Amino acid sequence: MTQELTQPIIRLVTCGSVDDGKSTLIGRLLVETDSVPHDTVAAARNIRRSGSTIVAGEVDFSLLTDGLEAEREQGITIDVAYRSMSLLNGRRLIIADAPGHEQYTRNMAVAASRADVALVLVDASRGIRTQTLRHLTICSLMGVTRIAVVVNKLDATGYSQEVYQGIVDELSGVATRLGITDYQAVPVSALAGDNVVHRSTNMPWYSGPTLLEYIQSWTKKSEALVKPHLGVQLIARAENFRGLSGTIFNGTFNQGDEVVVLPSKRKAKISQIVAHGGDLKSAGDSEAVILVLEPDVDATRGDSVELASNFTAPADRFNANLVWLGETELLHSRSYYLIAGSTQVPAIVTKIRHKLEITSGDHEAAEVLAMNEIGAVEIATDSPIALSPYKEDRNTGSFILVDRVTLNTVAAGMVNHILRRSDNVSEHKYEVDSLARATQKNQSAKVIWLTGLSGSGKSTIANELEKRLYATGAHSYVLDGDNLRLGLNKDLGFTRADRAENVRRVGEVAHLMADAGLIVIVALVSPFAEDRDSVRALFDKGKFAEVWVKTPVEVCTDRDPKGLYKKAADGALPNLSGVGQEYEPPINAELILDGTAEITANVAKIMDELL
Amino acid sequence: MKSSSEILKALENESIEILRETAAAFRKPVLLYSIGKDSAVLLHLAMKAFYPAPIPFPVMHIDTTWKFREMISFREEMVEKYNLNLIKHTNAEGVAENINPFNTGASEYTRIMKTVALRQALDANQFDAAIGGSRRDEERSRAKERIFSVREAGHRWDPRNQRPELWRTYNPKITNDQTMRVFPLSDWTELDIWNYIEENDVPVNPLYFAKERPVVFRGEQMIMVDDDRFPLINGEVPVMKKIRFRTLGCYPLTAAVESDATTVSEIVEEVMNVKLSERATRLIDGEKEDSMEKKKTEGYF
Repeated sequence: MTQELTQPIIRLVTCGSVDDGKSTLIGRLLVETDSVPHDTVAAARNIRRSGSTIVAGEVDFSLLTDGLEAEREQGITIDVAYRSMSLLNGRRLIIADAPGHEQYTRNMAVAASRADVALVLVDASRGIRTQTLRHLTICSLMGVTRIAVVVNKLDATGYSQEVYQGIVDELSGVATRLGITDYQAVPVSALAGDNVVHRSTNMPWYSGPTLLEYIQSWTKKSEALVKPHLGVQLIARAENFRGLSGTIFNGTFNQGDEVVVLPSKRKAKISQIVAHGGDLKSAGDSEAVILVLEPDVDATRGDSVELASNFTAPADRFNANLVWLGETELLHSRSYYLIAGSTQVPAIVTKIRHKLEITSGDHEAAEVLAMNEIGAVEIATDSPIALSPYKEDRNTGSFILVDRVTLNTVAAGMVNHILRRSDNVSEHKYEVDSLARATQKNQSAKVIWLTGLSGSGKSTIANELEKRLYATGAHSYVLDGDNLRLGLNKDLGFTRADRAENVRRVGEVAHLMADAGLIVIVALVSPFAEDRDSVRALFDKGKFAEVWVKTPVEVCTDRDPKGLYKKAADGALPNLSGVGQEYEPPINAELILDGTAEITANVAKIMDELL
Repeated sequence: MKSSSEILKALENESIEILRETAAAFRKPVLLYSIGKDSAVLLHLAMKAFYPAPIPFPVMHIDTTWKFREMISFREEMVEKYNLNLIKHTNAEGVAENINPFNTGASEYTRIMKTVALRQALDANQFDAAIGGSRRDEERSRAKERIFSVREAGHRWDPRNQRPELWRTYNPKITNDQTMRVFPLSDWTELDIWNYIEENDVPVNPLYFAKERPVVFRGEQMIMVDDDRFPLINGEVPVMKKIRFRTLGCYPLTAAVESDATTVSEIVEEVMNVKLSERATRLIDGEKEDSMEKKKTEGYF
């Protein structure tokens, strides 16, 4: 059943650049709805920026919207600005004014993420350009349901119906391709004020809505608001009171409803809904409440509550679209924090399925995603979480990825569908466990991870260490980076992404071998701290020791046992760690060895301190 | 146009979500209480957000020692009424150096007694998140600010390099030398604040209501003479005017407006009709274009 909801607040994203007359258009909307303080309007009559051709005394509408100092100097928009505007029907419009230039795709995604309606500007004299296609694609992808295509500067074409109609015809093909159904091309002149708030007398051939009419008639169409969801933000505790605080999305909860807590699927009944200092019988979409459950089942921040009759199955594999926001590119196999509402879980992008060519809509093969690029990926989370498809509900189908070192937000994610592998592949517990296997061998299983530059002496130390262990009757195995590249990892190169995958695979193999009860010695350059940390996270405390074989690069170059430094010097090897590519020294190494010292002394150190 | 109950309800729900997220995700948050109308609404929302539990973080007032006397007495009333855990901080070095709004330039005075004082208090208490009542409609650099806004080491704001903020998913993670500023009232307008105060009977400072008060004129601005520290020009006698204040700050730097509005609904009427930007009465903002952006990059709220 389709319902129409009249939301009191409409959110609008505006796309276009200064050249299209965007600032002027927004400025006019604000002034003509009396949404700007009068002294600010007065200032816009007097102040002029250099090069302005607007007569003093007239309002320079564009002055009302530019924000930061750098933006006014350069006459461009750098970041999203938010403005409130009163609609003439008593509703409120919150405008997210997005930068138009290509390098600000990520800011446009930010502005569009909450928008109900988009305003896409087209300069009538220039027609639909690649920028327009980019704006439409992002709006469609981010789930903006209504799009007003503003054909601006029609005054400069003599209010030509022919020009307008040409753009409308071209647009219909684009809209079909992008699956945009609710759109309207509005012919306006922002400068002269035609069809913005007031109907134009210059274009009698146009009988459609004015821009303002089109925006303010928007209603939220919801296929079915029958899957209420509350993400638990925090546990409210007072005397004789314990409840789950959070905001409800996508439906209504009633007192007495049978619910489940996710991901545990524990069942309970809603005994009380607390909000605004009192009790409610029911609470609906976007309401911030506290749910009291009976029985008081275990629940914590990051869990969610849904109806027992209709809940999202928790999963740990998802297919999703990502808009990459970070300055460092996305690497698959690298661990990020995934945050969805109050839920947070480590996650890995296991596969980049394709990259979206944003103007043509073509899918291209991709190894990485760089800033401002959009792609479809597969994501694996460390533990199951309840995410639904973005198309069903924005708030329960979206997430962000956060870099684990800088803690910056690096991606915006939208779930396409759940890959139900988490239900099909579950861990089977065997009764003979790691400890039993190690005890049988009279040893304690452990991974000694030797990291360092090529030629630092890792393999030599690994060899001597294994000889010592063998002599004492211990069961061990050496995983050597070069040797593994002849088999298991022969499909991998030396880019940052491939190195991350190389380290991940070796880490998993070492984990299996340690589980088998072995002492595992790994000799692997593993130049990036983040990749080494991901491996460390696989192990219980004390089962993994990072050993930095610290040898000056000059010494390694002199030794050059494989001739790699010579190749690098000749320009034949661009990605050699410590030369063409960075080597990030360990910060938390359990042991640092001087790679120029006697080998037997170094081996003795490992035996004494780590085994 | 008056903000409808539905709009206020939607704004309230979102603010509560933000307050709860801050309380849950940060180690040691604090609510900056400036005693004004926005702070009053913020406190009211915090009470609602955590009811039936008490507000789980302290509130802090940066006292420049030049606030209106009625602000301080009202603050004490609120502490009692809401049972607040109040932290007061004054920049003692500034006081020792006799930094004041008359002999020191307004912007330098503000930097030392407000911005530096705030940084001192945040550092001394090791707060990792500071909740403030700023709104995006107040000023154009604020229109660009995120709801969860990261401050780098030294509380610096880098407006050109802000963390992306999408949907209603917030990234509360910060490194050891970063802190967070949180703005639950970002989407509210001045009129929303007053309509909300009216609809919810939120207690606000008496200085907002028109009353006969002693004033002197400085240029076009009317300044209330709140105590005998005010340097009158020789022979000058303050005159009694029926005035009220649109914003509250340090009394020598906050201009009054003539008004007959003695109730909240009369204030709502006035705000709807007058339509002047509210910070026009703040003497410190207009010194130079961008002055708010500049102050904010240094750590001002």
